[in-house]
Amino acid sequence: MSLLEVRDLEVAFHTADGTVRAVDRVSFTIDGGQTLAVVGESGSGKSVTALTLLGLNRGAEVAGTVLFDGVDLLAMDDEAMRAVRGNQIAMVFQDPLSSLHPLYRVGWQIEEAILAHRDVPRQQARARAVELLDLVGIPEPARRVDDYPHQFSGGMRQRAMIAMALALDPRLLIADEPTTALDATVQAQILDLIRRLQGELGTALIIITHDLGIVADLADDVIVMYAGRVVERADRRTLYYHPHHPYTVGLLRSVPGSVARAARLQPIPGQPPSLIRLPSGCRFHPHCEFVMDRCVDHDPPELRVLGGLHHGSACWLPGEMVGTDDDTHRRRSAYAGAHRQTLVGSGSTAVP
Amino acid sequence: MIRFLVRRTVFGILVLWLISVATFLLFFVAPHDPARVITGRLATPETVALVRHRLGLDQPVLTQYGHFLNGLIHGNLGYSFYNSTSVNYLIVSRLPPTVSLALGGAIIWLVTGVLIGVLSATRARSLFDRVATIFVLTGLSMPTFLLGLLLIYLLFFRLHLAGVTWFPAGGYVPLSQNPAAWAQHMVLPWITIALVTAATYTRLTRSSLLETLSEDYIRTARAKGLSERRVIYRHGLRSAMTPVVTQFGIDVGTLLGGVIVTETVFGLGGLGQLAVQSVTNQDLPVIIGIVLLAAFFIVVSNLIVDALYAVLDPRVRLS
Ligand SMILES: Nc1ncnc2c1ncn2[C@@H]1O[C@H](COP(=O)(O)OP(=O)(O)OP(=O)(O)O)[C@@H](O)[C@H]1O
Ligand SMILES: [Mg+2]
Repeated sequence: MSLLEVRDLEVAFHTADGTVRAVDRVSFTIDGGQTLAVVGESGSGKSVTALTLLGLNRGAEVAGTVLFDGVDLLAMDDEAMRAVRGNQIAMVFQDPLSSLHPLYRVGWQIEEAILAHRDVPRQQARARAVELLDLVGIPEPARRVDDYPHQFSGGMRQRAMIAMALALDPRLLIADEPTTALDATVQAQILDLIRRLQGELGTALIIITHDLGIVADLADDVIVMYAGRVVERADRRTLYYHPHHPYTVGLLRSVPGSVARAARLQPIPGQPPSLIRLPSGCRFHPHCEFVMDRCVDHDPPELRVLGGLHHGSACWLPGEMVGTDDDTHRRRSAYAGAHRQTLVGSGSTAVP
Repeated sequence: MIRFLVRRTVFGILVLWLISVATFLLFFVAPHDPARVITGRLATPETVALVRHRLGLDQPVLTQYGHFLNGLIHGNLGYSFYNSTSVNYLIVSRLPPTVSLALGGAIIWLVTGVLIGVLSATRARSLFDRVATIFVLTGLSMPTFLLGLLLIYLLFFRLHLAGVTWFPAGGYVPLSQNPAAWAQHMVLPWITIALVTAATYTRLTRSSLLETLSEDYIRTARAKGLSERRVIYRHGLRSAMTPVVTQFGIDVGTLLGGVIVTETVFGLGGLGQLAVQSVTNQDLPVIIGIVLLAAFFIVVSNLIVDALYAVLDPRVRLS
């Protein structure tokens, strides 16, 4: 049994402008100690997915199942869910500057996380907080434990957030763009820290990122999201060398050099689709250079791609057309051209 | 931080002095003659002149101010033009009703205002929130005297007719004399002042808390697995209280200088009523005394608010 199995997760927000379908039929699994990277451009539903796992999306309409250790988190009541949060599944957020309470001492905030789940004396929780700060590389932890967040640098705050997340030895750690707000050298340090601790503690990790370099460094498996859907999934190597979905291919080809190391994910040209009025058929088709007739009306299900073990892609292109090389690219173009009658030229169609 | 407070204190003293000068000058610029008011319409010019001399009003303005300042430095605010009682005594004797009213009312409005604000923020757009909105609008638009009279009518008059004599219609009983009667006499004034003010606090708390609850660190608190109660009160309200504390300091400071309408409606005989009376009588020493005291309360409450900021926010304290 997988540690976490997400099946057909759907999340919608009812807003004044209409219903925002932020996450649509998302499924994935992660085993103990493994790392899953979730990549996708801004607004593709990565954070919403992560927050939904912990029941932290207020006011959202949620459907599907999230089995954690075989138990459906979405069916849990508040009290039971609270026992999971921070304890079994912990989360590190994007912006360390605003994620710690500015009016409480860093150590106190870590102690609070411990005391929320363990019946231990305050002194013991404090000792643990010092130990954790030491673990994440805060110098002089016994003194810094009494600092307020504003006395910490951005990198130190993210370390403190990681310390807090690891305080109760969670089985799953979700890191939502943990380094985006930090400068490059600090990013590398934080990623090293996460990787080291994950190795030491055997925690499973879901890392959400824009950064294909992080994927290459950390991930076992990768899912690529676009407009609330998983468009491609594979193990890391397969995804880098044999991508199938035109969106993934575009991401990888937009990066100079063969495999994208330390490259920021470029948003594809044009407006991302509105999640309130989604395009018909495949939601990527207005931006897809290989758009075919059927893409306009028929949303492709996720199909197994030939070659990879768990390689899936939500695209109508033949399963053997994988890779970022120019030859495959030409074959894709030829295939798409042959299956495109009603559309003039290649490229985008008008959104209905 | 200490230096900041010292600076603020010096500044406060300067403000008080300027206010005393301004009040003093205003009195002399305005075209009226207290001696004539005191002696009445039918008095002979000789009588008026005599009174004027006795009050020292025939001396040059600067000399008069010198006398005043000299007294002030020694903590003596002078004597009433009217009955030669010392202003210090007048103020001290009128202080208890005003302080009782302001502090008691403040506690009630703070608790109810903040509580309703918290409940309507955490249940935004619920039925409770809507009812609270009506409460806020009523409170904000309700004139104090009207509410006071309404309470007297309902809780004094109607209840008395029904044989229930819980609430007296007015008057003041010193706390030291009879605590129970004191509270009984204060209940209606408290409710009056609390209801019209609580609305502001409800609105302030609601908006401030709603803003805080959307902060990232609130999400962190929830992700830690804290109870919703702890998230709201320990994490949310803690941050949301800063504007409330500021408002509270200013409001209490202002009220301590006299609560004219409520005191008058309920005949409490506090500083507010003394102020009205002395303005009508053009009793300069008393007017200046009250103005200075009111300004003093405001300056001090601002100082306390500043100090509280430091207590509440480590970013202020440690900078
Ligand atoms: N509470 C909400 N109400 C309405 N819409 C929401 C809400 N939360 C998220 N959304 C919408 O859901 C979509 C997905 O948002 P999400 O935060 O998951 O994106 P993301 O992939 O994490 O992007 P980023 O990389 O910028 O963090 C966005 O269009 C966002 O506007
Ligand atoms: Mg996000």
